[in-house]
Amino acid sequence: MNVTRGFTGRPRVHNPGLPPGQYDAGADWPVLSAEVTPDLAPADWSFRIDGLVERPHTWDWDAAHALPASAYDGGIHCVTGWSKFGVRFGGVSLDAFFAVVRPQVSATHVLARSHTGYTANLPLADLTGGRAWIVWEYDGTPLPSEHGGPARLLVPHRYFWKSAKWIAGLTLLDHDEPGFWERNGYHERGNPWEEQRYSGD
Amino acid sequence: MTETPTTHPSSPAGASPAPGADVPARRFAVPGRIAVSEQAAAVWQTATLTEIRRETPQTATFRLAVPDWAGHLPGQHLMLRLTAPDGYVAQRHYSIASAPDDSGHIELTLDHVPDGEVSGWFHTVARPGDTVELRGPLSGFFAWPGDRPALLLGAGSGIVPLMSMVRHHRRRGLTVPLRMLASARSPEELIYASELGAETTPLFTRSAPHGVPVGRMAAAHVAPLLAQQPPGGWEAYVCGSNGFAEHASRLLVAAGQPVDRIRIERFG
Repeated sequence: MNVTRGFTGRPRVHNPGLPPGQYDAGADWPVLSAEVTPDLAPADWSFRIDGLVERPHTWDWDAAHALPASAYDGGIHCVTGWSKFGVRFGGVSLDAFFAVVRPQVSATHVLARSHTGYTANLPLADLTGGRAWIVWEYDGTPLPSEHGGPARLLVPHRYFWKSAKWIAGLTLLDHDEPGFWERNGYHERGNPWEEQRYSGD
Repeated sequence: MTETPTTHPSSPAGASPAPGADVPARRFAVPGRIAVSEQAAAVWQTATLTEIRRETPQTATFRLAVPDWAGHLPGQHLMLRLTAPDGYVAQRHYSIASAPDDSGHIELTLDHVPDGEVSGWFHTVARPGDTVELRGPLSGFFAWPGDRPALLLGAGSGIVPLMSMVRHHRRRGLTVPLRMLASARSPEELIYASELGAETTPLFTRSAPHGVPVGRMAAAHVAPLLAQQPPGGWEAYVCGSNGFAEHASRLLVAAGQPVDRIRIERFG
């Protein structure tokens, strides 16, 4: 341990929900997207799942909203170090979308893509079992565009860059294919509990 | 990954239908500029503080000796961590202010953030001889290798990574066009003021010397630069708070800058 002379840090809090190396951002919700925030109206939004599925399908705003509503209540964790607790997102579980397209048994990975062209990769298993959503509400109000509205992917058990804003679709693959930040030095998996921030962590 | 002017997400090999088959075609999010060393990013190194220079009332530059520094490109950042005696660790991302050189030193310019546990330590406790730990350089996305014409828009401490580009441009005597719009609340709060040259237009949002207009960055500042496109066009780099980044990037888009040639680094 390399102790920094004179450094004490913030008062310690016992928060078992805080992954290693993270701090609680409190009320702040920093915006860190690397591209220009798009002007994307709900009427222009669509969400498609294709690749290794039995029935590729595209949902528009109304069709996605016709699926059973589901909410996430909990924490989110950004690779830059902040975590935010008590967030409440509303949308639809990805399981409901997958039930329509029926992933093939050979599908192991997913490349998520945004309407801006941003991409992020994930193992398919990280997106099933009630642990990932397409969300359009934050705290009961429409998701702001700078936070990915009208709709974003939400995978709260991975670092938040995996939760692609302005989500346009998922392509199911039989191999892993790096997304935008993963090609820029960030970790393939991005598990905050194992501090998988950068390639090689 | 080097210089990959990607135009659209690549089609995953073996996947039957093209992704986004019936999604309107949109420009690809800006590709990274350089390959990133996974090895440099993974290893924590000890850095020794050698010099502290005040820049403005709220900012100071901290010079660090990093003997095994792998080298960086202008625009890259690093992760820095401080450790308390009980093992508590605080880590933050900071942009690198200095141009790449072979001095074995790098410089960071840090805002004194209210209640900031890391910047607070730097501004009130740190002195030459102290050691900290860091890893990097990180991310190839905001890097500028000095190859393409660069249009830099920064506000407050957002000009720190842009200054690394300006310094690199000067140090290497590069002839590729480079221009910077640097926004600050007042002349006293303009970081690196004495070092800025003809490449920079300072803008003041709260107070300015007599005869200099006060106001936010506007279309009138951005449009003339886009009206005089250098060959190949500008690569735009925007850095500052999210509020500034949203405002400045919208000005660029409105003035005709392609969205896939705007790189944004937001502080937060």
